[in-house]
Amino acid sequence: MTPNPITESHARLEELVPLYSAMRRIRQIELEIAKRYAEQKMRCPVHLSIGQEAIAVGVCAALKRTDQAVSTHRCHAHYLAKGGDLNAMIAELYGKSTGCCGGRGGSMHLFDTGAGLLLSLPIVASSIPIGVGAAFGFARRGEPHVAVVFLGDASLEEGVWHESANFAARHKLPVIFVCENNLYSVYTHLDDRQPSRPLTKLAEAHGIRAQHVDGNDLSALLHVMSEMVDQARNSEGPSFLLADTYRWLEHCGPNYDNHIGYRTEDEFNAWRIRCPVERLRNKLEKSGLWNAAREDTLTARIQTEIDAAFRFAEDSPFPELRTAAEGVYA
Amino acid sequence: MPDASQTERILTAAEAILEAQDLALARDPNVYLMGEGVCDPKGIFGTTSGLVEKYGPQRIVEMPVAENGLTGIAIGSALVGMRPIMIHQRVDFALLALEQIFNNAAKTHYVSSGKHRVPLVIRMIVGRGWGQGPAHSQSLEAIFSHIPGLKVVMPATPADCKGLLLGAIEDGNPVVFIEHRWIHYVKGTVPAGYTPLPLDGPRRIAEGDGATIVATSLMAIEARLAAEALAEAGVKCDVFDMRVLRPLRTEPIIESVRRTGGLVVIDSGWKTGGFGAEIVARIAESCLGDLRAPPVRLGLPDHPTPSTRALMEGFYPSSDAIAAAAGKLAGASAAQIDRAVSALRQQRAKVSIDQPNPAFAGPF
Ligand SMILES: Cc1ncc(C[n+]2csc(CCOP(=O)(O)OP(=O)(O)O)c2C)c(N)n1
Ligand SMILES: [Mg+2]
Repeated sequence: MTPNPITESHARLEELVPLYSAMRRIRQIELEIAKRYAEQKMRCPVHLSIGQEAIAVGVCAALKRTDQAVSTHRCHAHYLAKGGDLNAMIAELYGKSTGCCGGRGGSMHLFDTGAGLLLSLPIVASSIPIGVGAAFGFARRGEPHVAVVFLGDASLEEGVWHESANFAARHKLPVIFVCENNLYSVYTHLDDRQPSRPLTKLAEAHGIRAQHVDGNDLSALLHVMSEMVDQARNSEGPSFLLADTYRWLEHCGPNYDNHIGYRTEDEFNAWRIRCPVERLRNKLEKSGLWNAAREDTLTARIQTEIDAAFRFAEDSPFPELRTAAEGVYA
Repeated sequence: MPDASQTERILTAAEAILEAQDLALARDPNVYLMGEGVCDPKGIFGTTSGLVEKYGPQRIVEMPVAENGLTGIAIGSALVGMRPIMIHQRVDFALLALEQIFNNAAKTHYVSSGKHRVPLVIRMIVGRGWGQGPAHSQSLEAIFSHIPGLKVVMPATPADCKGLLLGAIEDGNPVVFIEHRWIHYVKGTVPAGYTPLPLDGPRRIAEGDGATIVATSLMAIEARLAAEALAEAGVKCDVFDMRVLRPLRTEPIIESVRRTGGLVVIDSGWKTGGFGAEIVARIAESCLGDLRAPPVRLGLPDHPTPSTRALMEGFYPSSDAIAAAAGKLAGASAAQIDRAVSALRQQRAKVSIDQPNPAFAGPF
């Protein structure tokens, strides 16, 4: 790891207020999913993003709606931060016809092309070349959009990452790889899967500019990402953003799992106090931009939206059985 | 580990798989395990639990998320005398490794005129239920069975999980060992000790002259339940659990079809181009004239697996559909078929469509 990830903020603090709200919204939505998962109405595996919200929000804040991102099995935060429709997301988890995939995909296949979340895929590293391909399409069609590839630390172990990075660099494609290093692939630590060397070097070896950022520091993320987006739009080629973070809950599912033995409570607590949401809130409060009353108003507003989304999902019909075989071909 | 001195031991298939690997590791220092999660607290659905504590991380190797490269690495190690067991938590993840499996594992012995051997076992698990969705639930035995040079095993019972896995590890060839996730829960009698079974093909798990039912893995269990219900209604059928899909041995099935004149095949994967189609073709080649009616193929319909349970009804072949098809071929009366089908539906009625039927658990 690079010893000193970039942390300083260049964004004006007021600009961060709506981004704080966006992070809080994602946190509250994920917590609600976790709370309701035991009702067994959301019958698909869920990989929650609690603890990792700053990356999704910081990255997407530097993008336009017309830019397209691709995501992984852990796609809720990316989908929401990019502006994906909440109702369609919750309905998808419920397997309803109003879900973004009409119930066919579940939690790991979220997409909302209109909002710029092109697709999410459940196979590790599978969406990396898709994002590069979107960038290739934008470049060839002369469109000014940028593609963003969200990827986990484990996907750097797959060959397809290198194949995609090589091509993106060779063709100077407008793509930004955002690697969320949460230290784990399921229950296996990075050190048990990879030798110790900076992950940024993996991109640099392909001739791709790389930056290492504190992934729980929203303003640092926004700053670095904005630079990378400018470079991509100016045809200066791809970038790689490495963001350190931590997943709070179990790999898949709604529970804490520090007790099962693959990581320690101490490690968790060390990351817990670096909570990206609380950190920004403290900063905003110190500058007088935030207070308890505003927090309460925000919480209530988000809860109203969440309740409506769950009601929408519950009230929506399931897809009709006779449609099961439809749509295999265009 | 259960007490080896007992003679009648009931284990789950997951326990039987764990035991087989444990015995193989203890017996041959060249055997090693490699997979994503082999050392983690969940231990591949319990099938590798405790092994890293016993054999250490040199032999229970936590794998980077790099399926194709690591398959090649396993093959290379096999060429110099190791006996790797590679594990994928889903068949779908092994798709990244098809190049190494098809081009190198399957062909190296042949191309080297027998001078090289690839004693490699690749365990792959088929997911089903709880909204697994299109890319976590594929049963792709037909694709692996297409490739000469591979052996393909698909066990249904705990005893076979242990015996055939030991047989696969002893084998000098690459063996794709496909485990249905719902098979892991199945209980049955498992012999103690080192008891490898030859990879020798189908076993008859129910007997009768009504019709011949051929199935693999979980579908063999569905077929057995169907045959039991039909027998209750007075119609007896032969049921074959295929066990080994390649090399394919069909003599017992041909003998059976000659006797019954009716054939039902059930695929765990897609029906089109499925493994059952190969069985039907072999029967057509060898005893077409003995068939009293066209053969019946059951399998997945021609679309990907949707996540939502609302689209799952009828997606997987079930015991009642098998009973209906076999009963008809066997010339059963409508009342007999109805009796079997409704008994099977009742068995299933209490559980949701995306959860395992408790009747599957055995012991068998
Ligand atoms: C090719 C492939 N291999 C294995 C898996 C099983 N799997 C699902 S998520 C995951 C961990 C991925 O870790 P990382 O990329 O760091 O993402 P994180 O879960 O930490 O967000 C694994 C191994 C998979 N989905 N696809
Ligand atoms: Mg990770």
